[in-house]
Amino acid sequence: MSKDHIQDTLDSASDYKYGFHSDIESETFPVGLNEDIVRAISAKKEEPEWMTEYRLKAYRHWCTLEEPSWAHLKYERPDFNGISYYSAPVRTPKHASLDEVDPELLRTFDRLGIPLEEQKVLSGVAMDVVMDSVSVKTTFEDTLKKLGIIFMPISRAIKEHPDLVRKYLGTVVPHTDNFYAALNSAVFSDGSFCYIPKGVRCPMELSTYFRINQGGTGQFERTLLVADEDSYVSYLEGCTAPMRDENQLHAAVVELIALDGAEIKYSTVQNWYPGDKNGVGGIYNFVTKRGICHTRSKISWTQVETGSAVTWKYPSCILKGDNSIGEFYSLAMTNNYQQADTGTKMIHLGRNTRSTIVSKGISAGYSQNAYRGQVKMSRGAVGARNFTQCDSLLMSDHCGAHTFPVISSDCPTAIVEHEATTSKISEDQIFYCNQRGLTTEKAVALIVNGFSREVLAKLPMEFAVEAQKLLEISLEGSVG
Amino acid sequence: MLEIKELTARSDDGNDILKGINLTVRPGEVHAIMGPNGSGKSTLSSVIAGNPKFIKTGGTLRFNGEEIDELSPEERAHRGIFLSFQYPVEIPGVSVNNFIKTAINEKRRSMGLEDMPAGELLRMIKEKAALVELDPRFLSRSLNEGFSGGEKKRAEIFQMAALAPSLAILDETDSGLDIDALRIVANGVNKLKSPENATIVITHYQRLLDYIVPDYVHVLYKGRIIKTGGRELALELEEKGYDWLIKDYQ
Repeated sequence: MSKDHIQDTLDSASDYKYGFHSDIESETFPVGLNEDIVRAISAKKEEPEWMTEYRLKAYRHWCTLEEPSWAHLKYERPDFNGISYYSAPVRTPKHASLDEVDPELLRTFDRLGIPLEEQKVLSGVAMDVVMDSVSVKTTFEDTLKKLGIIFMPISRAIKEHPDLVRKYLGTVVPHTDNFYAALNSAVFSDGSFCYIPKGVRCPMELSTYFRINQGGTGQFERTLLVADEDSYVSYLEGCTAPMRDENQLHAAVVELIALDGAEIKYSTVQNWYPGDKNGVGGIYNFVTKRGICHTRSKISWTQVETGSAVTWKYPSCILKGDNSIGEFYSLAMTNNYQQADTGTKMIHLGRNTRSTIVSKGISAGYSQNAYRGQVKMSRGAVGARNFTQCDSLLMSDHCGAHTFPVISSDCPTAIVEHEATTSKISEDQIFYCNQRGLTTEKAVALIVNGFSREVLAKLPMEFAVEAQKLLEISLEGSVG
Repeated sequence: MLEIKELTARSDDGNDILKGINLTVRPGEVHAIMGPNGSGKSTLSSVIAGNPKFIKTGGTLRFNGEEIDELSPEERAHRGIFLSFQYPVEIPGVSVNNFIKTAINEKRRSMGLEDMPAGELLRMIKEKAALVELDPRFLSRSLNEGFSGGEKKRAEIFQMAALAPSLAILDETDSGLDIDALRIVANGVNKLKSPENATIVITHYQRLLDYIVPDYVHVLYKGRIIKTGGRELALELEEKGYDWLIKDYQ
């Protein structure tokens, strides 16, 4: 696509009058990033002017930033001018039936226990084959609508609920926050918007819906979730199924807003392509996730990270309101040459705020796994409490586990506790299990599951089972 | 059942520990193996169970007529060999319940059987826990984590009861037990005795043999069995120590 084409797109957007249309052919913008490209993305999505301005502001700020290098990660810096920042959603199915799908992928699906219909969606089999899923999806939509819950792609929400989006977008993760957040704010492709009205308890895990609805998450995903006063929602992002994606760089932003008395449970299972066993290829995952807690509200992050070649991610909570609660339960497993630098920030502002951090890192092969966390007790955090527990399990002699905790307290009545352990699966443990009739592989899986139990227990039931199997699969070949 | 001839073995750091062991155990029998520290008692149990830290260097090791040298520890376990460890390891986050369930089902799978139905499993676990007077609350705790010495040993005998091995080897099961715990553990072992299975009790002290009465007592010294006798040998050792035997042997 040429410069002229970009201009055409910009022009045609202004006289667009038929509402959202989806018959866009697959097309990709030229590589590189400049204001015209940002405008063109916004135009392609038929966005209102305030959104275009928001993107441009973010882009201009991004131009002043340097890519961060403080993380415990080694990788080749992406060439930000070598990427195409817009690719229209490809709707054409890749395969006519499951018979055409890579049998290895299907075996993994089976082992994870993913239902056949979902397998079809995930592996890109033509949608019209997937009758059940379509009807299931419609049922979900009806139920949510009746309760006044809004759950839709953020691109649609920008048009249909501009006031809500405008009120909250960028309020928790401002476009000035960091390099990747600025980039995401300028060029985000799509993502999800969710609003739970006052006093409504969302009756289902938004996971099931999400998994079926997913299809092509995109490179720069944007999620905005607002839980109004005294509402509750449990949201699951991602999927245990191996996600294959052509884009190497992923930079998502997730913002959560829990208003007075609301509760948000946000769970992530991330299993993107980690590269091969020699460390070639794989996804770079640079994510900014943060939530703000108003009075008496609660945000709970649970993450199981087994994928990606490089992970840079710190789901955090700003505990602004008195008596609010933040939780972070993380299980990061790295194998071969994977690298993960992940953790959380708990910023205590309100009185009697409480936070719990449980981080479990499992390193195998030649991988590097770091926990990085910040707990900050501000002057007003009277009576606040934090408890942090960081456990590392080493599976080989070549891997590394690192912990970088930062604790600062300006409040004499605040209490901060930090516990950390590092352990290795011992030969004695393996022999003990062997003697009871367990193979070494089974023994390792059992020990790893035991180590991970506290985090897995926080996942929605069906995913806890899948995540457990996922760990076993991810660990294969890491013993001995 | 167990037939050991001229068995020699060394540790993985190269020390010859067993220097020609001969031992035959038949169904229904209880054998006690005694001897001073460092005589090779624990090594013998490790070699029978297939611990990779020890290398068998000679002789034969047969279980129910089959040479088991080449079998992995888990295959030996599936064939009915159980070792109660002197120092049971901790497995954090894995409950006693979950562990024993996994062990039972792994054994069943090795025999081509389906997993044991959950209800049946639960009943069996309860029954076996009662046998060793193990508080049911222990079953949901992480295996051996924070257990006292006595609790660990009781958990071992509980697993033995649940797995119903044909040959049980109790390695220093009495160490660290007070008299009540000793009685409970011994009681459990005695209740599990049958004409079909056999027990090898490895111990320092004759105290345990007041409760688990052996048919044979063997004295192990420097990697060899230097004396075999009946129950009275244990009493004699209690009175006179090992020195007179060692002197005779030398």
